[in-house]
Amino acid sequence: MIFFNADTSSWMISPIVLPLTAGLLCFLFTRRTFAIALTAALANLLAVCLLTYQLLVFGPMRCHVGGWQPPLGITLRTDGPALLMLLMTAVTGLAITLYARGYFSYRISDPRRTSRHQRQQRYFWPLWMLLLAGLNGLFLSNDIFNIYVTLELIGISAASLAALSGKPASQLASFRYLMVSLLGSLTYLLGIVFLYRSCGVLDLDLLRNLTANGPGIRAALALMSVGLLLKTALFPLHFWLPPAHANALAPVSAILSALVVKGSFYLLFRFWFEIFPSIISTAALNFLGILGAIAIIWGAIQAMRQQRLKLMVAYSTVSQLGYLFIAFPLVKVNGSEQVWSIVIFMALAHACAKSAMFMAAGTVFLHLGHDQIKNLSGVRSSLPITVFAYGIAGVSLMGLPPSGGFIGKWLLLTSSLASSQWWWALVVMSGSLLASIYVFRVMSRFFVIPDSFSFKKTEPLSPLLEWPALALALISMFLGLAASWPLYILATGSPALAQIIPGGLP
Amino acid sequence: MITTLLYSLTGLILFAMGLFTLIIHSHPLRKILAVNVMSTGVFLILVATAYKPLGQGDIDPVPHAMVLTGIVVSVSITALALILACRMQETSNLDLLGRKKQSKPTKEAGA
Repeated sequence: MIFFNADTSSWMISPIVLPLTAGLLCFLFTRRTFAIALTAALANLLAVCLLTYQLLVFGPMRCHVGGWQPPLGITLRTDGPALLMLLMTAVTGLAITLYARGYFSYRISDPRRTSRHQRQQRYFWPLWMLLLAGLNGLFLSNDIFNIYVTLELIGISAASLAALSGKPASQLASFRYLMVSLLGSLTYLLGIVFLYRSCGVLDLDLLRNLTANGPGIRAALALMSVGLLLKTALFPLHFWLPPAHANALAPVSAILSALVVKGSFYLLFRFWFEIFPSIISTAALNFLGILGAIAIIWGAIQAMRQQRLKLMVAYSTVSQLGYLFIAFPLVKVNGSEQVWSIVIFMALAHACAKSAMFMAAGTVFLHLGHDQIKNLSGVRSSLPITVFAYGIAGVSLMGLPPSGGFIGKWLLLTSSLASSQWWWALVVMSGSLLASIYVFRVMSRFFVIPDSFSFKKTEPLSPLLEWPALALALISMFLGLAASWPLYILATGSPALAQIIPGGLP
Repeated sequence: MITTLLYSLTGLILFAMGLFTLIIHSHPLRKILAVNVMSTGVFLILVATAYKPLGQGDIDPVPHAMVLTGIVVSVSITALALILACRMQETSNLDLLGRKKQSKPTKEAGA
């Protein structure tokens, strides 16, 4: 192809520029915003696919924006993990865009609060496109200060999206969310200052090659980690997540839960295992592993106790984020490549399953007008596709065999047993058991049809409300069957990983 | 050298003070101000990093660029947080500043 050779690394800016342009256009034009957003989401997916093709053919790439070289300029880069996160964002983002269209049309058709719902839709599209641009920038950026800017972009747009529903509870939650995310990014910025004083560079490649080790760098890494952990909502810093995620509108909950928390986690992982692997101590790794283990159990127990479906799904996010951190202590024995594949698998499966679950919960909420778990009886008869999507997503969260969650947990189990740290395996298995309890608790409600239940004929829901959730749930399910593709992309450009793949999969 | 250290320590103290206020006070306006104090502290450390005594070469422009970007981010976040705080007071029955009519001038002074 003429458009494609090793020199065309400037394609890399398109996943940032496309949603940003679309966001501006959505802000300017009050009509046809959905068409603009859909075009941008599709073009974003196409661009990310092209970048993946480029990676597979030419290997990892760097793009010096504006022709400025690293010490002063900002670099973008593609490699396996970055592209997998971009693909996750693009696919989930497309489904969420379609779902949001159905969601807002349904709400606008409600004669009671039409103007309010129209206003919500008007502000949703530009903010969502801005968030998408921020996320893509975060995954692509190779400059530590540029990452701070993308973190702030994500924080601003995510907090405004969370406040969109306009209820007092959601405003309180989103104010707290904004403050927490600001605290996180300021701590991260302080870490950057320390790092800049010690090293004098901001580019990640240059930082990696420095391999310096001193009190300044340790302090910097500690500050940046605390900031990012706060944004990732690891136990006990998760207090802000359930109210913010559960009180937002359904498409917003899906975005926040599936994508936004993954961004800061991705950074944390990259800093710990790619940029500063030499100064990480085993004690720090075990500490994060223990926090992750507590998060798994505590989040699952809280999820079981919730009375509202959306709060249950939000606490399940707290629990599932724990799995990402439990992979940290395994890195010393198994090598960071194995842990990369575990973490990426868990993240991909969770993103698809959790957004499907939030969409299903949102559809149930629209249909019934509430989401009290004890009053969900008989939903199965009126919303069969949504209930099916919820079930499949639940299977992936539990980690039953063909799903993507299973592959992640299986890799986690085998590598924890291989490094004779069996206690992590125990936590993973009990977490799965607890997950099945909270998923089935709702599922059994869906299927109960009380004696007094009358099959009242309701108007059919828009297919946009039901099918995107099902599609995402099926993707998270079949991710397990196509497990070699993500691992292949991950391995491209990383020779150490290419060796472990044949033996690393069940 | 001693100048840089002095300003950096002041910046750290400002950061710590802001953090303390942010955590222990529940009042939204205090929280917003605390966050602003925190970011000012970080900017002070950044500017101090760039400082070079007269005659020992040019100052480092990169931290200055970072401070400018940081100020822009901080202003926009403050605006967003203030709007959210106002909305919270209008819609909720939580008594944040005593009576509602008294709350308005205080907020404008904070912005």
